[in-house]
Amino acid sequence: MSVTIAPIAVAERRPRPTLRERIQHFVPKLVLAPSFLLVLIFVYGFNLWTVFLSFTNSRAFTSFTLIGLANYEKLWNWTFETDPPSSWYTAIVNIGIFGGLYIVFCLALGLTLAILLDQKIRGEGILRPIYLYPLALSFIVTGTAWKLFLDPGIGLEKAVHDWGWTSFKFDWVVNPRMMIYCVAIAGVWQTSGFVMAMFLAGLRGVDGEILKAAQIDGASAYATYRRIVIPIMRPVFLSAIIVLAHMAIKSYDLVLSVTGKNPGGAAELPSTFMYSYTFTRNQMGVGSTSAVIMLMTIAAIMIPYLYSELREKRQ
Amino acid sequence: MSAADLITSSPRRPTSGQSVITRIVIYGLLLFFAIIYLVPLIVMVMTSLKPLDEVTGGNMFALPKSLTFAPWIRAWGEASIGVSDTAGIRGYFMNSIKMVVPAVVVSTLLGALNGYVLTKWRFPGHRLVFGMMLFACFIPFQSVIIPMAVILGLLGQIGNQLIDATGFSFGFGNPTVNLVLCHVVYGLGFTTLFFRNYYEAFPTELIKAAMIDGAGFFQIFRRVLLPNSTPIIIVTVIYQFTNIWNDFLFGSTFAAGDQSPMTVALNNLVNTSTGVVEYNVNMAAAIIAAAPTLFVYVVAGRYFVRGLMAGAVKG
Repeated sequence: MSVTIAPIAVAERRPRPTLRERIQHFVPKLVLAPSFLLVLIFVYGFNLWTVFLSFTNSRAFTSFTLIGLANYEKLWNWTFETDPPSSWYTAIVNIGIFGGLYIVFCLALGLTLAILLDQKIRGEGILRPIYLYPLALSFIVTGTAWKLFLDPGIGLEKAVHDWGWTSFKFDWVVNPRMMIYCVAIAGVWQTSGFVMAMFLAGLRGVDGEILKAAQIDGASAYATYRRIVIPIMRPVFLSAIIVLAHMAIKSYDLVLSVTGKNPGGAAELPSTFMYSYTFTRNQMGVGSTSAVIMLMTIAAIMIPYLYSELREKRQ
Repeated sequence: MSAADLITSSPRRPTSGQSVITRIVIYGLLLFFAIIYLVPLIVMVMTSLKPLDEVTGGNMFALPKSLTFAPWIRAWGEASIGVSDTAGIRGYFMNSIKMVVPAVVVSTLLGALNGYVLTKWRFPGHRLVFGMMLFACFIPFQSVIIPMAVILGLLGQIGNQLIDATGFSFGFGNPTVNLVLCHVVYGLGFTTLFFRNYYEAFPTELIKAAMIDGAGFFQIFRRVLLPNSTPIIIVTVIYQFTNIWNDFLFGSTFAAGDQSPMTVALNNLVNTSTGVVEYNVNMAAAIIAAAPTLFVYVVAGRYFVRGLMAGAVKG
């Protein structure tokens, strides 16, 4: 380039990219490549690996002997093994109870608190952080706190007895049949503030003019929320339900800490089932099959949602 | 206006129609829920300040009669945790810090670079790359944990051979290094999401102007974007810090005994089956485990909420 004479440079309308420019062109991709490669291997590669393991007879160690759908058949049969209940049956029933209560109560509490907070409340800046702080805690801390709080020997039951109501009984946290409800209570306590924040953002995004118009038309506060505000917030409901559903499926530490390491598998969830079959019962094939089922369930929830969210953004 | 800003914006609801009784009911309900959210934390703190006989004999809602800090001292430096030799949770607290700091720094830096490439240096297929990284945020860790265990086992073997050959493992097989790897890899999706959405709104004209002035890829990043990224850096650091500090699944799977992070040690302490259950010590330990994330929440609550909302309402 050092010998470039002016007329030639003019004749070349589109000069060939210099080395510097060509390097510049590759740098962004080179910067992104390591991260993308890590995700490709550690997320997608590992998921495929787990899918592969679910078709093998892996026990304490990974094995390459394919056994077809035998693990899936095993889990399918266990799904209906009720007497005595199989661990997988318990896990399915419990995720239904826990997930259902968790989602419904988080939504109900979150919406109620958001609507109440949205009434020109003095001291909102103090109340809001109080509903939200449990989110900063780990599930282990939350579980430890609730385990003590609900312990019949020293917690709520004892306190109510001290206050004079001696027939009061609340021993769910040590009762294997009721443990899962305590997990749901602790979970709702931890997450409902988050749902409140989502709804509050939704409410604050509702156009004030619409509400004024409704008020002028003589609509009651209840009717305004019922017929106008809540329908407008349908997308927030969808987001909240999806986030909660995926959190419910992933719940793991909360069960262990509330129940005290899940005694007798009474509070089994698919997440704890996977862990105990893989790492303590040495049935890695079955464990990875349950992991695949968890992954498929979450994929079925998240992929359509993410797809629609990304599409909306494009417009 | 982002969702998080909406929460802190003031309500515009018409309140003229509300009677005094309605206002009282609203405030009453809000206070009632605030108490419910606070009670577990208050009980934890009070329990941790009581001698054990007052915990087991007294009412959990009663103020401590004889205030003592002994449980805190025991929890921090003396209590025996599981079968490990390390007394108290002090060492585990440090383990968590050693794991959290590098994991947060690396994942945030990579997320910033990825977000920069995915918004300002787009290439064909950038949307697919982002979508794949985004879905990685939501996979259940159960579906990657077996392959991860295999790979970390291999790294451990390499480490042993390196020790035989050179007397130094170079970090191979070190539990802290392993956990940092896990958290960086599985945190990348979120950090990339945060920065991508933030840089999406960053004026591309400024980038173009810098390019015309001859600035290269990294120069633009360092001189133009980073100085304007403080809010999103705070959000990402807080989000990653909270998530990694509170992690239990990876910690309990890939780090055993003295190398465990704080959450695992707390769970072991609380669920020790030998001897008398020292509820007061357990609660002191739980508060210590929760202190760093709670502190961050109190100091930077706004950013904390913003991270949560960004992690939930995608796009």
